[in-house]
Amino acid sequence: MTFRSMAIRGGSASLAVLLALAGPAAAAVDSAQAVTAKECGACHMVFPADMLPARSWTAIMAGLSDHFGENAALDPAAAMQIGGYLTTHAADASGMNKHALRGLAANMTPLRITDTPAWIRAHKGEVSPAAFTSPKVKSKSNCVACHAEAARGVFGDD
Amino acid sequence: MIKMIPVLSFAVLCASATLAISAPGAGQQTVLDRYAAEAKAAAPAFAGFSAERGKAFFLAHPASGKPDTPSCTTCHTADARQIGHSRAGKEIGPLAVSATPDRFTDIAKTEKWFTRNCDSVLGRACTAAEKGDFITFMVSQ
Ligand code: HEC
Ligand code: HEC
Ligand code: HEC
Repeated sequence: MTFRSMAIRGGSASLAVLLALAGPAAAAVDSAQAVTAKECGACHMVFPADMLPARSWTAIMAGLSDHFGENAALDPAAAMQIGGYLTTHAADASGMNKHALRGLAANMTPLRITDTPAWIRAHKGEVSPAAFTSPKVKSKSNCVACHAEAARGVFGDD
Repeated sequence: MIKMIPVLSFAVLCASATLAISAPGAGQQTVLDRYAAEAKAAAPAFAGFSAERGKAFFLAHPASGKPDTPSCTTCHTADARQIGHSRAGKEIGPLAVSATPDRFTDIAKTEKWFTRNCDSVLGRACTAAEKGDFITFMVSQ
Protein backbone atom coordinates (compact mmCIF):
# COMPACT_ATOMS: atom_id res chain seq x y z
CA MET A 1 0.00 0.00 0.00
CA THR A 2 1.54 2.82 -0.95
CA PHE A 3 2.31 6.33 -1.27
CA ARG A 4 2.22 6.02 -5.01
CA SER A 5 -1.37 4.75 -5.19
CA MET A 6 -2.41 7.42 -2.71
CA ALA A 7 -0.89 10.08 -4.90
CA ILE A 8 -2.57 8.76 -8.01
CA ARG A 9 -5.95 8.71 -6.36
CA GLY A 10 -5.55 12.06 -4.68
CA GLY A 11 -4.23 13.83 -7.74
CA SER A 12 -1.58 16.50 -7.72
CA ALA A 13 -2.70 18.05 -4.44
CA SER A 14 -1.22 15.13 -2.58
CA LEU A 15 2.08 15.33 -4.40
CA ALA A 16 3.41 17.68 -1.75
CA VAL A 17 2.22 15.28 0.95
CA LEU A 18 3.84 12.44 -0.92
CA LEU A 19 7.16 14.20 -1.09
CA ALA A 20 6.99 15.20 2.54
CA LEU A 21 6.25 11.62 3.57
CA ALA A 22 8.70 9.95 1.22
CA GLY A 23 11.71 11.90 2.48
CA PRO A 24 12.03 10.64 6.04
CA ALA A 25 10.49 7.25 5.28
CA ALA A 26 13.04 6.58 2.55
CA ALA A 27 15.88 7.67 4.82
CA ALA A 28 14.76 5.28 7.56
CA VAL A 29 14.65 2.35 5.12
CA ASP A 30 18.11 3.20 3.84
CA SER A 31 19.65 3.26 7.23
CA ALA A 32 18.11 -0.07 8.28
CA GLN A 33 19.48 -1.55 5.08
CA ALA A 34 22.88 0.02 5.71
CA VAL A 35 23.01 -1.29 9.28
CA THR A 36 22.03 -4.75 8.05
CA ALA A 37 24.72 -4.66 5.37
CA LYS A 38 27.38 -3.58 7.86
CA GLU A 39 26.51 -5.94 10.70
CA CYS A 40 25.40 -8.98 8.72
CA GLY A 41 28.16 -8.60 6.16
CA ALA A 42 31.09 -8.80 8.57
CA CYS A 43 31.60 -12.57 8.46
CA HIS A 44 29.94 -13.50 5.18
CA MET A 45 28.17 -11.78 2.30
CA VAL A 46 24.91 -10.07 3.21
CA PHE A 47 22.38 -12.79 2.46
CA PRO A 48 19.36 -11.53 0.50
CA ALA A 49 16.38 -11.03 2.80
CA ASP A 50 14.04 -12.48 0.17
CA MET A 51 15.60 -15.94 0.31
CA LEU A 52 14.01 -16.87 3.66
CA PRO A 53 10.56 -16.32 5.16
CA ALA A 54 10.08 -13.75 7.91
CA ARG A 55 9.77 -16.46 10.59
CA SER A 56 13.29 -17.65 9.73
CA TRP A 57 14.77 -14.16 10.13
CA THR A 58 12.97 -13.76 13.46
CA ALA A 59 14.49 -17.05 14.65
CA ILE A 60 17.97 -16.09 13.39
CA MET A 61 17.80 -12.71 15.13
CA ALA A 62 16.70 -14.38 18.37
CA GLY A 63 19.70 -16.73 18.35
CA LEU A 64 22.62 -14.46 17.49
CA SER A 65 24.65 -15.31 20.59
CA ASP A 66 24.95 -18.86 19.24
CA HIS A 67 24.88 -18.24 15.50
CA PHE A 68 26.04 -21.37 13.65
CA GLY A 69 28.64 -22.03 16.32
CA GLU A 70 29.72 -18.44 16.89
CA ASN A 71 28.72 -15.51 19.00
CA ALA A 72 27.38 -12.80 16.65
CA ALA A 73 25.48 -10.83 19.30
CA LEU A 74 24.40 -7.24 18.59
CA ASP A 75 23.24 -4.40 20.76
CA PRO A 76 19.43 -4.42 21.08
CA ALA A 77 18.86 -1.24 19.04
CA ALA A 78 20.77 -2.54 16.01
CA ALA A 79 19.13 -5.97 16.34
CA MET A 80 15.65 -4.38 16.32
CA GLN A 81 16.44 -2.34 13.23
CA ILE A 82 17.93 -5.29 11.36
CA GLY A 83 15.10 -7.64 12.36
CA GLY A 84 12.63 -5.08 11.03
CA TYR A 85 14.45 -4.75 7.73
CA LEU A 86 14.83 -8.50 7.17
CA THR A 87 11.24 -9.44 8.02
CA THR A 88 9.71 -6.68 5.88
CA HIS A 89 11.87 -7.75 2.91
CA ALA A 90 11.48 -11.50 3.50
CA ALA A 91 10.37 -13.99 0.84
CA ASP A 92 6.82 -13.97 2.23
CA ALA A 93 6.57 -10.18 2.61
CA SER A 94 4.19 -8.65 0.11
CA GLY A 95 5.57 -8.39 -3.41
CA MET A 96 8.73 -10.35 -2.63
CA ASN A 97 10.36 -13.53 -3.93
CA LYS A 98 7.79 -16.29 -3.34
CA HIS A 99 10.10 -18.45 -5.49
CA ALA A 100 12.39 -19.08 -2.56
CA LEU A 101 9.48 -20.61 -0.62
CA ARG A 102 8.63 -23.29 -3.16
CA GLY A 103 8.36 -26.66 -1.42
CA LEU A 104 8.83 -25.19 2.04
CA ALA A 105 6.23 -26.47 4.53
CA ALA A 106 4.51 -23.73 6.50
CA ASN A 107 5.53 -25.34 9.78
CA MET A 108 9.23 -25.36 8.93
CA THR A 109 11.56 -22.58 9.95
CA PRO A 110 14.90 -23.11 8.19
CA LEU A 111 17.82 -21.17 9.66
CA ARG A 112 19.77 -21.59 6.46
CA ILE A 113 18.98 -20.60 2.88
CA THR A 114 21.01 -23.68 1.97
CA ASP A 115 18.45 -25.86 3.83
CA THR A 116 15.46 -24.62 1.84
CA PRO A 117 13.99 -26.97 -0.80
CA ALA A 118 14.29 -24.22 -3.44
CA TRP A 119 18.03 -23.80 -2.84
CA ILE A 120 18.64 -27.53 -2.74
CA ARG A 121 16.75 -27.99 -6.01
CA ALA A 122 18.68 -25.16 -7.74
CA HIS A 123 22.00 -26.81 -6.87
CA LYS A 124 21.14 -30.48 -7.30
CA GLY A 125 22.94 -31.89 -10.35
CA GLU A 126 24.40 -28.43 -11.07
CA VAL A 127 27.14 -28.63 -8.46
CA SER A 128 29.00 -31.69 -7.20
CA PRO A 129 28.85 -31.99 -3.40
CA ALA A 130 32.66 -31.93 -3.24
CA ALA A 131 32.72 -28.46 -4.83
CA PHE A 132 31.17 -26.99 -1.71
CA THR A 133 33.99 -28.17 0.54
CA SER A 134 36.88 -27.46 -1.82
CA PRO A 135 39.50 -25.16 -0.26
CA LYS A 136 38.47 -22.28 -2.49
CA VAL A 137 34.79 -22.45 -1.59
CA LYS A 138 34.97 -23.86 1.96
CA SER A 139 31.23 -23.83 2.55
CA LYS A 140 27.84 -23.91 0.83
CA SER A 141 27.16 -20.60 2.51
CA ASN A 142 30.01 -18.95 0.59
CA CYS A 143 27.73 -17.94 -2.31
CA VAL A 144 30.23 -15.38 -3.67
CA ALA A 145 32.79 -18.11 -4.37
CA CYS A 146 30.56 -19.33 -7.25
CA HIS A 147 28.19 -16.43 -7.89
CA ALA A 148 30.47 -13.49 -8.59
CA GLU A 149 27.58 -11.07 -8.36
CA ALA A 150 25.89 -12.60 -5.32
CA ALA A 151 26.61 -9.56 -3.17
CA ARG A 152 24.35 -7.58 -5.52
CA GLY A 153 21.66 -10.24 -5.28
CA VAL A 154 22.33 -11.67 -8.76
CA PHE A 155 22.36 -15.50 -9.01
CA GLY A 156 22.29 -17.49 -12.22
CA ASP A 157 21.74 -16.11 -15.67
CA ASP A 158 18.02 -15.67 -16.01
CA MET B 1 84.50 8.29 8.25
CA ILE B 2 82.71 9.42 5.14
CA LYS B 3 81.56 5.84 4.65
CA MET B 4 80.20 5.72 8.18
CA ILE B 5 77.69 8.48 7.67
CA PRO B 6 75.24 6.62 5.44
CA VAL B 7 75.56 3.51 7.62
CA LEU B 8 74.87 5.54 10.71
CA SER B 9 71.92 7.39 9.25
CA PHE B 10 70.54 4.08 8.02
CA ALA B 11 70.73 2.74 11.56
CA VAL B 12 69.01 5.84 12.90
CA LEU B 13 66.33 5.48 10.25
CA CYS B 14 65.73 1.84 11.23
CA ALA B 15 65.52 2.73 14.87
CA SER B 16 62.97 5.45 14.30
CA ALA B 17 60.99 3.25 11.92
CA THR B 18 60.82 0.53 14.59
CA LEU B 19 59.69 3.10 17.11
CA ALA B 20 57.04 4.46 14.79
CA ILE B 21 55.67 0.96 14.23
CA SER B 22 55.50 -0.13 17.84
CA ALA B 23 54.11 3.04 19.44
CA PRO B 24 50.31 3.16 19.54
CA GLY B 25 48.65 5.94 17.57
CA ALA B 26 46.35 8.39 19.34
CA GLY B 27 43.28 6.26 18.58
CA GLN B 28 44.80 3.08 20.00
CA GLN B 29 46.12 5.00 23.01
CA THR B 30 42.60 6.17 23.91
CA VAL B 31 41.36 2.57 23.81
CA LEU B 32 44.38 1.33 25.79
CA ASP B 33 43.91 4.05 28.42
CA ARG B 34 40.36 2.92 28.95
CA TYR B 35 41.36 -0.72 29.41
CA ALA B 36 44.22 0.34 31.72
CA ALA B 37 41.77 2.23 33.95
CA GLU B 38 39.47 -0.81 34.05
CA ALA B 39 42.39 -3.16 34.78
CA LYS B 40 43.58 -0.94 37.62
CA ALA B 41 40.09 -0.78 39.09
CA ALA B 42 39.88 -4.61 38.97
CA ALA B 43 43.38 -5.17 40.43
CA PRO B 44 45.19 -2.26 42.09
CA ALA B 45 48.51 -4.08 41.58
CA PHE B 46 48.10 -3.76 37.76
CA ALA B 47 51.53 -2.85 36.38
CA GLY B 48 50.88 -2.20 32.69
CA PHE B 49 50.21 -4.26 29.58
CA SER B 50 52.56 -6.80 28.04
CA ALA B 51 52.97 -7.64 24.34
CA GLU B 52 54.46 -11.00 25.39
CA ARG B 53 51.33 -11.96 27.34
CA GLY B 54 49.18 -10.67 24.47
CA LYS B 55 51.06 -12.91 22.04
CA ALA B 56 50.60 -15.99 24.24
CA PHE B 57 46.90 -15.18 24.58
CA PHE B 58 46.53 -14.77 20.81
CA LEU B 59 48.22 -18.13 20.06
CA ALA B 60 46.52 -20.11 22.86
CA HIS B 61 43.99 -22.90 22.39
CA PRO B 62 42.01 -22.52 25.62
CA ALA B 63 39.58 -25.42 24.90
CA SER B 64 36.78 -23.74 26.86
CA GLY B 65 34.79 -22.13 24.03
CA LYS B 66 32.73 -23.28 21.07
CA PRO B 67 34.13 -26.31 19.19
CA ASP B 68 34.40 -24.58 15.79
CA THR B 69 36.50 -21.71 17.16
CA PRO B 70 39.34 -23.22 19.23
CA SER B 71 41.68 -20.20 18.96
CA CYS B 72 41.92 -16.58 17.85
CA THR B 73 44.21 -17.95 15.15
CA THR B 74 41.35 -20.04 13.69
CA CYS B 75 40.23 -16.93 11.83
CA HIS B 76 43.08 -14.43 12.24
CA THR B 77 45.89 -16.97 11.39
CA ALA B 78 48.98 -17.33 13.59
CA ASP B 79 50.60 -14.34 11.85
CA ALA B 80 48.67 -11.20 12.75
CA ARG B 81 50.10 -9.43 9.69
CA GLN B 82 48.36 -11.86 7.33
CA ILE B 83 44.83 -11.72 5.96
CA GLY B 84 42.55 -14.10 7.85
CA HIS B 85 39.28 -15.82 6.92
CA SER B 86 35.94 -16.19 8.64
CA ARG B 87 34.45 -19.67 8.83
CA ALA B 88 32.20 -18.74 5.91
CA GLY B 89 35.28 -17.93 3.80
CA LYS B 90 35.20 -14.12 3.91
CA GLU B 91 38.52 -12.29 4.14
CA ILE B 92 39.40 -10.54 7.41
CA GLY B 93 41.96 -7.74 7.21
CA PRO B 94 45.08 -8.23 9.39
CA LEU B 95 44.81 -7.28 13.08
CA ALA B 96 48.43 -6.03 13.17
CA VAL B 97 48.33 -2.25 13.38
CA SER B 98 51.28 -1.97 10.96
CA ALA B 99 49.10 -3.64 8.31
CA THR B 100 45.73 -2.08 9.25
CA PRO B 101 46.39 1.29 10.92
CA ASP B 102 42.79 1.92 12.04
CA ARG B 103 42.56 -1.25 14.17
CA PHE B 104 41.56 -0.68 17.82
CA THR B 105 40.67 2.98 17.31
CA ASP B 106 36.87 2.66 17.55
CA ILE B 107 36.01 1.47 21.04
CA ALA B 108 32.48 0.37 20.10
CA LYS B 109 33.80 -1.83 17.30
CA THR B 110 36.67 -3.20 19.37
CA GLU B 111 34.36 -4.01 22.31
CA LYS B 112 31.77 -5.64 20.05
CA TRP B 113 34.35 -8.06 18.65
CA PHE B 114 36.03 -8.81 21.99
CA THR B 115 32.57 -9.62 23.38
CA ARG B 116 31.78 -12.00 20.53
CA ASN B 117 35.16 -13.59 19.94
CA CYS B 118 36.12 -14.06 23.59
CA ASP B 119 32.80 -15.85 24.15
CA SER B 120 33.30 -18.00 21.01
CA VAL B 121 36.93 -18.93 21.79
CA LEU B 122 37.11 -18.86 25.61
CA GLY B 123 33.48 -19.32 26.59
CA ARG B 124 33.70 -16.21 28.77
CA ALA B 125 34.33 -12.47 28.59
CA CYS B 126 37.95 -11.31 28.35
CA THR B 127 39.32 -9.20 31.19
CA ALA B 128 40.46 -5.63 30.61
CA ALA B 129 44.04 -6.82 31.20
CA GLU B 130 43.72 -9.48 28.49
CA LYS B 131 42.26 -6.95 26.04
CA GLY B 132 45.04 -4.44 26.74
CA ASP B 133 47.76 -7.11 26.40
CA PHE B 134 46.21 -8.26 23.11
CA ILE B 135 46.12 -4.74 21.65
CA THR B 136 49.64 -4.03 22.90
CA PHE B 137 50.83 -7.13 21.04
CA MET B 138 48.97 -6.09 17.86
CA VAL B 139 50.50 -2.59 18.09
CA SER B 140 53.96 -4.25 18.18
CA GLN B 141 53.21 -6.29 15.04
C1 HEC C 1 30.57 -13.28 13.87
C2 HEC C 1 30.38 -13.70 12.51
C3 HEC C 1 28.97 -13.59 11.93
C4 HEC C 1 28.16 -12.48 11.91
C5 HEC C 1 28.43 -11.10 12.47
C6 HEC C 1 26.94 -12.90 11.23
N1 HEC C 1 27.04 -14.20 10.82
FE1 HEC C 1 25.64 -15.26 9.79
N2 HEC C 1 26.89 -16.87 9.77
C7 HEC C 1 28.12 -16.94 10.38
C8 HEC C 1 28.65 -18.27 10.21
C9 HEC C 1 30.01 -18.75 10.75
C10 HEC C 1 27.72 -18.99 9.45
C11 HEC C 1 27.82 -20.44 9.01
C12 HEC C 1 28.61 -20.49 7.74
C13 HEC C 1 28.85 -21.87 7.23
O1 HEC C 1 28.18 -22.81 7.61
O2 HEC C 1 29.77 -22.00 6.41
C14 HEC C 1 26.62 -18.08 9.19
C15 HEC C 1 25.50 -18.40 8.45
C16 HEC C 1 24.40 -17.59 8.25
C17 HEC C 1 23.22 -17.96 7.50
C18 HEC C 1 22.98 -19.27 6.81
C19 HEC C 1 23.66 -19.32 5.44
C20 HEC C 1 23.27 -20.57 4.68
O3 HEC C 1 24.01 -21.57 4.75
O4 HEC C 1 22.21 -20.55 4.05
C21 HEC C 1 22.35 -16.89 7.57
C22 HEC C 1 20.99 -16.81 6.93
C23 HEC C 1 23.02 -15.86 8.35
N3 HEC C 1 24.26 -16.31 8.73
C24 HEC C 1 22.46 -14.63 8.64
C25 HEC C 1 23.10 -13.63 9.36
C26 HEC C 1 22.48 -12.38 9.72
C27 HEC C 1 21.06 -11.98 9.42
C28 HEC C 1 23.43 -11.64 10.39
C29 HEC C 1 23.29 -10.26 10.99
C30 HEC C 1 22.32 -10.12 12.03
C31 HEC C 1 24.64 -12.46 10.47
N4 HEC C 1 24.39 -13.66 9.83
C32 HEC C 1 25.84 -12.08 11.05
C33 HEC C 1 28.76 -15.93 11.04
C34 HEC C 1 28.27 -14.65 11.24
C1 HEC D 1 30.05 -24.40 -5.33
C2 HEC D 1 29.44 -23.30 -6.06
C3 HEC D 1 28.16 -22.66 -5.54
C4 HEC D 1 27.90 -22.15 -4.30
C5 HEC D 1 28.85 -22.11 -3.10
C6 HEC D 1 26.57 -21.58 -4.35
N1 HEC D 1 26.03 -21.78 -5.60
FE1 HEC D 1 24.19 -21.16 -6.23
N2 HEC D 1 24.49 -22.10 -8.00
C7 HEC D 1 25.66 -22.69 -8.41
C8 HEC D 1 25.47 -23.22 -9.74
C9 HEC D 1 26.54 -23.92 -10.57
C10 HEC D 1 24.14 -22.94 -10.11
C11 HEC D 1 23.41 -23.31 -11.41
C12 HEC D 1 23.83 -22.47 -12.55
C13 HEC D 1 23.32 -21.10 -12.44
O1 HEC D 1 22.12 -20.92 -12.54
O2 HEC D 1 24.15 -20.21 -12.20
C14 HEC D 1 23.55 -22.21 -8.99
C15 HEC D 1 22.24 -21.71 -8.97
C16 HEC D 1 21.73 -20.87 -7.99
C17 HEC D 1 20.45 -20.22 -8.04
C18 HEC D 1 19.43 -20.35 -9.14
C19 HEC D 1 19.72 -19.33 -10.19
C20 HEC D 1 18.77 -19.41 -11.33
O3 HEC D 1 18.71 -18.42 -12.04
O4 HEC D 1 18.14 -20.45 -11.51
C21 HEC D 1 20.32 -19.44 -6.92
C22 HEC D 1 19.17 -18.53 -6.53
C23 HEC D 1 21.55 -19.64 -6.15
N3 HEC D 1 22.38 -20.51 -6.83
C24 HEC D 1 21.79 -19.04 -4.93
C25 HEC D 1 22.87 -19.35 -4.13
C26 HEC D 1 23.05 -18.83 -2.79
C27 HEC D 1 22.10 -17.87 -2.07
C28 HEC D 1 24.21 -19.37 -2.32
C29 HEC D 1 24.83 -19.17 -0.94
C30 HEC D 1 23.95 -19.39 0.20
C31 HEC D 1 24.77 -20.21 -3.38
N4 HEC D 1 23.93 -20.18 -4.45
C32 HEC D 1 25.96 -20.93 -3.29
C33 HEC D 1 26.83 -22.77 -7.68
C34 HEC D 1 26.98 -22.43 -6.35
C1 HEC E 1 35.34 -17.18 13.98
C2 HEC E 1 36.33 -16.27 13.47
C3 HEC E 1 37.08 -15.42 14.50
C4 HEC E 1 37.75 -15.85 15.62
C5 HEC E 1 37.92 -17.27 16.15
C6 HEC E 1 38.29 -14.66 16.24
N1 HEC E 1 37.96 -13.56 15.50
FE1 HEC E 1 38.43 -11.64 15.93
N2 HEC E 1 37.39 -11.00 14.30
C7 HEC E 1 36.72 -11.81 13.42
C8 HEC E 1 36.00 -11.01 12.45
C9 HEC E 1 35.14 -11.53 11.30
C10 HEC E 1 36.25 -9.66 12.79
C11 HEC E 1 35.67 -8.41 12.14
C12 HEC E 1 36.14 -8.15 10.77
C13 HEC E 1 37.15 -7.06 10.74
O1 HEC E 1 37.20 -6.22 11.64
O2 HEC E 1 37.94 -7.05 9.77
C14 HEC E 1 37.13 -9.70 13.96
C15 HEC E 1 37.60 -8.57 14.61
C16 HEC E 1 38.25 -8.59 15.81
C17 HEC E 1 38.55 -7.41 16.60
C18 HEC E 1 38.21 -5.96 16.22
C19 HEC E 1 39.47 -5.19 15.93
C20 HEC E 1 39.23 -3.71 15.68
O3 HEC E 1 39.31 -3.32 14.51
O4 HEC E 1 38.96 -2.98 16.63
C21 HEC E 1 39.15 -7.84 17.74
C22 HEC E 1 39.59 -6.98 18.92
C23 HEC E 1 39.25 -9.28 17.67
N3 HEC E 1 38.71 -9.71 16.47
C24 HEC E 1 39.83 -10.06 18.65
C25 HEC E 1 39.81 -11.45 18.64
C26 HEC E 1 40.34 -12.25 19.73
C27 HEC E 1 40.96 -11.71 21.00
C28 HEC E 1 40.13 -13.56 19.38
C29 HEC E 1 40.46 -14.80 20.20
C30 HEC E 1 40.02 -14.78 21.59
C31 HEC E 1 39.45 -13.55 18.08
N4 HEC E 1 39.30 -12.25 17.67
C32 HEC E 1 39.02 -14.68 17.42
C33 HEC E 1 36.71 -13.18 13.43
C34 HEC E 1 37.22 -13.98 14.43
